[in-house]
Amino acid sequence: MSSTRELPATPAPTASSGIKGKSVRRGDTVFRGLSRIAGIAILLTMSLIALFLVWRSIPSFTVNTANFFTTSEWFPDQTPPVFGIAALAFGTLMTSIIAMILAVPVGIGVALFISHYAHRRMSAILAFSTDLLAAVPSIIFGMWGLEFLTPHMQGLGQWLNDYLGFIPIFRNDLGQYSKSIFIAGVVLAIMILPTISALSREVFTQVPRGNIEASLALGATRWEMVRQAIFPFAKPGMISAAMLGLGRALGETIAVALILSASNSINWHFTEPGGNTFAANIALRWNEAGSTGLSALIASGLVLFIITLVVNVVARGIISRHAEFRGGN
Amino acid sequence: MTISRTSQFAALAMIGALALSACGSDGGGGASGSTIGGQPCVSGEIKASGSSAQKNAMADWINAYQTACTGATINYQANGSGAGVTDFSNGQTAFAGSDSALKDADRPAADARCAKGAAIDIPMVGGAIVLAYNVSGIDKLVLTPDVIAGIFANTITKWNDPAIAAANAGAALPDATIAQFHRSDSSGTTDNFTKFLTATAPSVWTYDKGKDWKAPGGQGAKGSDGVTTSLKSTANSIGYVELSFAQDASLAVASVDNGGGAIEATSANAATTISAATVAGTGNDLALTIDYTTKTGYPIVLVTYEITCEKGLDSAALELTKSFLTYTSSDEGQSKLTENGYVAITGDLLTKVRTSVSAISA
Repeated sequence: MSSTRELPATPAPTASSGIKGKSVRRGDTVFRGLSRIAGIAILLTMSLIALFLVWRSIPSFTVNTANFFTTSEWFPDQTPPVFGIAALAFGTLMTSIIAMILAVPVGIGVALFISHYAHRRMSAILAFSTDLLAAVPSIIFGMWGLEFLTPHMQGLGQWLNDYLGFIPIFRNDLGQYSKSIFIAGVVLAIMILPTISALSREVFTQVPRGNIEASLALGATRWEMVRQAIFPFAKPGMISAAMLGLGRALGETIAVALILSASNSINWHFTEPGGNTFAANIALRWNEAGSTGLSALIASGLVLFIITLVVNVVARGIISRHAEFRGGN
Repeated sequence: MTISRTSQFAALAMIGALALSACGSDGGGGASGSTIGGQPCVSGEIKASGSSAQKNAMADWINAYQTACTGATINYQANGSGAGVTDFSNGQTAFAGSDSALKDADRPAADARCAKGAAIDIPMVGGAIVLAYNVSGIDKLVLTPDVIAGIFANTITKWNDPAIAAANAGAALPDATIAQFHRSDSSGTTDNFTKFLTATAPSVWTYDKGKDWKAPGGQGAKGSDGVTTSLKSTANSIGYVELSFAQDASLAVASVDNGGGAIEATSANAATTISAATVAGTGNDLALTIDYTTKTGYPIVLVTYEITCEKGLDSAALELTKSFLTYTSSDEGQSKLTENGYVAITGDLLTKVRTSVSAISA
């Protein structure tokens, strides 16, 4: 955003001499061509991926004896093949929703604190550490989730069952609280937190000084200023931050594969072991899959691809509806 | 400067001396005259892929072969049995490692890959699947097939269940819920374990056999190492893993009583069961049928095969593949298995394996 505003300052070289101006124009043409190729390459890559997924998943659709969308089981290599994505879609959405519920408020809070509340030195340290968190490989989160977090979530799971057990999602009839959708959601929340907070922080720091000062001059407290000046301006940015986080949560593979008990069933008791996601299922089954199995896994990948696409399109829609705020001043 | 120069020279001299002494220990001097497993070395390069269950055995064998035969390069990628068979059928590898013999569905493609003749299954690495557990105060545990099936089918849920107590007189079994762990990924270990359950406890185990876990309940963990990690961190737990993983994690393992008395889960007892397996394949194809109801050996075993062409392997790969498999089936090769927690092929079966390997030709 800031770069577009700086553009009018660039025509300086053209003013110096006509010959130089020509060479800049040639550079412009080359650059325009290069960026057009880059843009087309993205579209081409996306459509080729989609084509590949459709092409390779067709064989499994023709032999599947169960309904692909309503079946929970995943046995594509047995005869007759029986598989469906119901449990995978359920697990993927539930872990992502839990992650979003936990990570979005915290991420935005962290971003606000860094951009408008913290002391300058403090905010530099905090910004650095959240960026660092984004650089931790997902397998590290997986191992940490499996070996450290899982044994320590027992108490919280028990507490939720004892006091909130009347709500089905907190009830646990097994007395086992490990390897659950809930724990996977918590780990995913930590993984997407830096994405959400780093992007929101960028947007918050771009709120025009004038808006903030005007709000404060009208006698607003700092919280009122955040609501009146910062949030309306930053809303599209916050939404895209959340959507990027959601995209990572939906597609996260190895951390979830390590943590989840990976049973292909739909269980609303989120603290009980079980659950599976698209990406984790592919990671767990790919190596030993036969020809139908591979095709079925690619079909599930196609569904994930479409879900991610839909999420992004919806996010774009929301952002463009709030576009009137983008101008700010 | 001078000091570092001197030390560099010293280091070079050391390396030279080591290289020379390494040559000397080959007993032949130079690659051409070296031997391994009682046969001359072959140089060249081959690729293979497949079963991750035999990964450590392969790594050891390849290391030994390449050390003795300096001109040979063997590359084994442990990408899973399914992928291994696919790679072999596509002509990308000289042989595939697999947790099961070629299936009827995969056979046409594998046969077509061999220019003449058929693809053959050669049993090469045996393994024992053990029931590792973590229950404090219980050092010795005996389980019958019905009890094992009950635990993994969730019909037996307490450690002090009368069925467990009946097989373990005098043991102080705790009044605790059994935390049962199985594999969450597709695996040959699950395949062989469920084959054992369907063969020995059909009335209790009603979930069929296969690479994917089908029974409800319990908890899944990724890979044998994932299962042992979970077992160690969870009290009153039990799970099935390959012997070497239980040993590495120093977990206690249960003995299995198939009706003829408790048999300890050792490499030697598993070898008894494997060598008694009947050959289901024809000719040099040694696909095996294991008798899981055996009363003389440890019954839960798995056999991994090398799948290659009996005739018609491409000439570039033929000699090295044959030489390498001759080494792995030699006494020297098989003795390495036991050291790594695997189970060696023994007796008549080993003789048959050697006959099959020697039949590999152009």
